[in-house]
Amino acid sequence: MIKTDVVIVGAGPVGLFAVHQLGIKGLKSEVIDNLDKAGGQCIELYPDKPIYDIPAIPECTGKELTTNLLKQIKPFNTNFHFSERVQEVSNDKNKWIIKTNKNKVFSAPNIIIAGGVGSFEPRKISIKDAEKHEGKNIFYSVIDKNKFKGKKISIFGGGDSALDWTLDLSKIADVTLIHRRDEFRGAPHTLNEIKKQEKLGKLKIKTKYQISSIEGDKNIKSITIKNDEEKTLKIDTDYILGFFGLIMQLGPIAEWGLNMNRKTITVNTENFQTNKKGIFAIGDICTYPGKERLILSGFHEAALASVECFKRARPNEKYRFQFTTSSKEIQERLGYKSK
Amino acid sequence: MPKITYIDSSGNKKTIEVSNGLSVMEGAVQNNLPGIDADCGGGMACATCHVYVKEDWFNKLNKIEDAEQDMIDMAFEPKKNSRLSCQIIVTEELDGLVVTTPSKQV
Repeated sequence: MIKTDVVIVGAGPVGLFAVHQLGIKGLKSEVIDNLDKAGGQCIELYPDKPIYDIPAIPECTGKELTTNLLKQIKPFNTNFHFSERVQEVSNDKNKWIIKTNKNKVFSAPNIIIAGGVGSFEPRKISIKDAEKHEGKNIFYSVIDKNKFKGKKISIFGGGDSALDWTLDLSKIADVTLIHRRDEFRGAPHTLNEIKKQEKLGKLKIKTKYQISSIEGDKNIKSITIKNDEEKTLKIDTDYILGFFGLIMQLGPIAEWGLNMNRKTITVNTENFQTNKKGIFAIGDICTYPGKERLILSGFHEAALASVECFKRARPNEKYRFQFTTSSKEIQERLGYKSK
Repeated sequence: MPKITYIDSSGNKKTIEVSNGLSVMEGAVQNNLPGIDADCGGGMACATCHVYVKEDWFNKLNKIEDAEQDMIDMAFEPKKNSRLSCQIIVTEELDGLVVTTPSKQV
């Protein structure tokens, strides 16, 4: 069991800044995120898109913002638990016990949920029967490509993942790439190579088609695809690979007994605590009268929540407000020698 | 104020007045209409405000951007007349617009 002052759920910009606000107050935190890296929506949805409303930074990309936030919290040597999702939260006296899907257990007086709109999960094929084949004949990522050797693979999607795997797997398997429209969004070089391989008969491309059914009971035998004109095609298939990007899913958070409003958690605006003492929600996932889903609002929410976290983690100490410009204590925590 | 009609996948119809300048998505969310989730809040980053627009109206709308088209690739059962409702901004010209929501937003 990992004991800490605060468990932060979500390593997006707001979760990262919470590490900072807690850190300068002398509190330790552990961060859990379902993605394999820090940055949340900034890194997953718009790494290269400019953001124009971070105070004092006229323009920066999602990636730059993440890099700088990580740099800012470096002095605190925080542990990150990536590719892990919080599954269960239970109460033990004044502590919260947090369990992840990889059976890691944390104990802390405070939880800060900075989970954005939920954890990122692959978007799945939504037709009937897709679920029962998932993990057996349908995959949304490739772990061991040898599995596909000599097999008939139908790959869906129009982005980089779909294109890269089409090209790669076409060397060892019989691949058909299926996409909803004629245009692909991927590296031009990969696309050219795919078109070339198609002409050579090394792979097949079916555009303007979408999946309409899966045939086969225990294993998939074939799939049927359909275009806008209702024309159907049957393709012999052993495995389906779907690359439709990621979707944000709230997941187990909805079952923690917190007051919710649609997919957001209701908090007060004094310290962004939920209806459960010691559980806070900040950033896109929280709601209160007048809430705006801006990164800067999340930063403010992190600062205020960290004060209440301090009071709960250090009940015998008095909280003192301090400026980073003048507090020797804070400067030492940040690794700066006081002048 | 322009009136926008939202029809869900089972045919339930709701017509509401949406202020000029708001998106069709915001009109739905602010009035608690089911069927439009808008997880990302209008950033063209999630495809959970996906709607179908009848052809005659579809051609009257602002042109669809590449980024929106890319996102629609990810939506549940996209069709030729698919749009992201966060990208349709309400104006007087859109008075009477009818959009249909898919059976789910993934």
